[in-house]
Amino acid sequence: MIPGSFDYVVAHSVPEAVGLLEQHGDEAKILAGGHSLIPLLRFRFASPSVLVDINRVADLEYLREAQGMLHIGALTREAALDTSSLIATRYPILLDTSVGVADPVVRNWATVGGNIAHADPANDHPATMLALNASVVATGPGGERVIPIEEFFTDSAFETTLKPNELLTEIRVPGPTERSGGAYFKLERKVGDYAIAGVAAYVTLDGNGLVTYAGIGLTNVGPHPIKAHDASNSLLGKPLDDTTIHQAADLAAAAAQPNSDDRGPAEYKRGMVRTLCVRALRKALERATGGK
Amino acid sequence: MSKQHIRVTINGTVYEDDVEPRTLLVHWIRDGLHLTGTHIGCDTTSCGACTVIVDGKATKSCTMLAVQADGREVMTVEGLEQGGKLHPMQEGFHQMHALQCGFCTPGMMLTSIAFLSRNPRPSEHEIRVAISGNLCRCTGYVNIVKAVQYAAEKMASSEQVPIGAGQGGE
Repeated sequence: MIPGSFDYVVAHSVPEAVGLLEQHGDEAKILAGGHSLIPLLRFRFASPSVLVDINRVADLEYLREAQGMLHIGALTREAALDTSSLIATRYPILLDTSVGVADPVVRNWATVGGNIAHADPANDHPATMLALNASVVATGPGGERVIPIEEFFTDSAFETTLKPNELLTEIRVPGPTERSGGAYFKLERKVGDYAIAGVAAYVTLDGNGLVTYAGIGLTNVGPHPIKAHDASNSLLGKPLDDTTIHQAADLAAAAAQPNSDDRGPAEYKRGMVRTLCVRALRKALERATGGK
Repeated sequence: MSKQHIRVTINGTVYEDDVEPRTLLVHWIRDGLHLTGTHIGCDTTSCGACTVIVDGKATKSCTMLAVQADGREVMTVEGLEQGGKLHPMQEGFHQMHALQCGFCTPGMMLTSIAFLSRNPRPSEHEIRVAISGNLCRCTGYVNIVKAVQYAAEKMASSEQVPIGAGQGGE
């Protein structure tokens, strides 16, 4: 399958990329890892007239902690998360997420920014970023603005609140505090497939083991990445035990809006959200209390 | 939609061409350069038959534009044998009977070579994860894993630097 025709321009810096977006507006698409976009072009589901290739913007690939946050350059490859000791030791929920993205060869090019900016409800990072209460940085002609992740996605798949002349340049994840932990569980038919369902959970506990923060995000069980607010809120001020975990999992399943398709009937997927949520919360608790 | 000039080093040889931006790397390699050892399997980024090594990274060449490879170094299966001597990975596939139809073999070998360049002494599990983006419908993978183990041992004992080695991960 051969894509339709387009022009191709390499941007060597963020301002250059933003300038090209200014110039071409809606007609332009950013080419990062390309592992969502190029298949879309081949199937002719997308037909932009200009591709702006940002793969040579070297200073968009980084993982660093500063000001109590993890800063992830938008062009950071999934493979960089897979192999980073910082991620493995301090942000295991991100490692859970990256190793489930497509397959290892795809992850050599696929980017964290692309996984989020594509706003595919089947992608894995959106649920994790919702659970973590992350934010993203959009860079446009007027400079940068920080967008809370919940305000980045809309009610529609493949749609974000980025403006046509803005580029997603960074993802900011709150650094782990004492007694905090999270996990991402994904059920997939085979390596490389999208999730049948996925659940990300992140919790912070106080000195008495009571929940002071909880975030639960869902993958591929609705028209957009879903934050299960009722499930998260149900845990606040309570200990994480079998009863509260199962209550939250029931609420997460209720928040899912799955469709029946070749990955299974809707009720099965809802059931899997419940099961995966229990597992994710148990793992989050284990990690929050010093386990791996 | 004018053509763009590219200059790509493939297996040590510099190739220059004018290509349409929409030309996929695999199509340019096969149809433009007639290096047909790189196969097209699924056309959906799933099977890995088209895997080549780009700047040290295993890459599905059906999911990269030829223009993206401008200035980069590419290795295809044709670059493995040197002076009539098989690459240890090729030797391993031969010795361990790691192929039947052979369609997945070039991609499987290139993925494995890029993998060994950053993990020279992998466990069986690590090998299985590394090749999980490359599908084989004949062998059931058992002999492919043995072939990669054979190559890993041979490359470690001869301290031969794998061709096209580079940082695959970060």
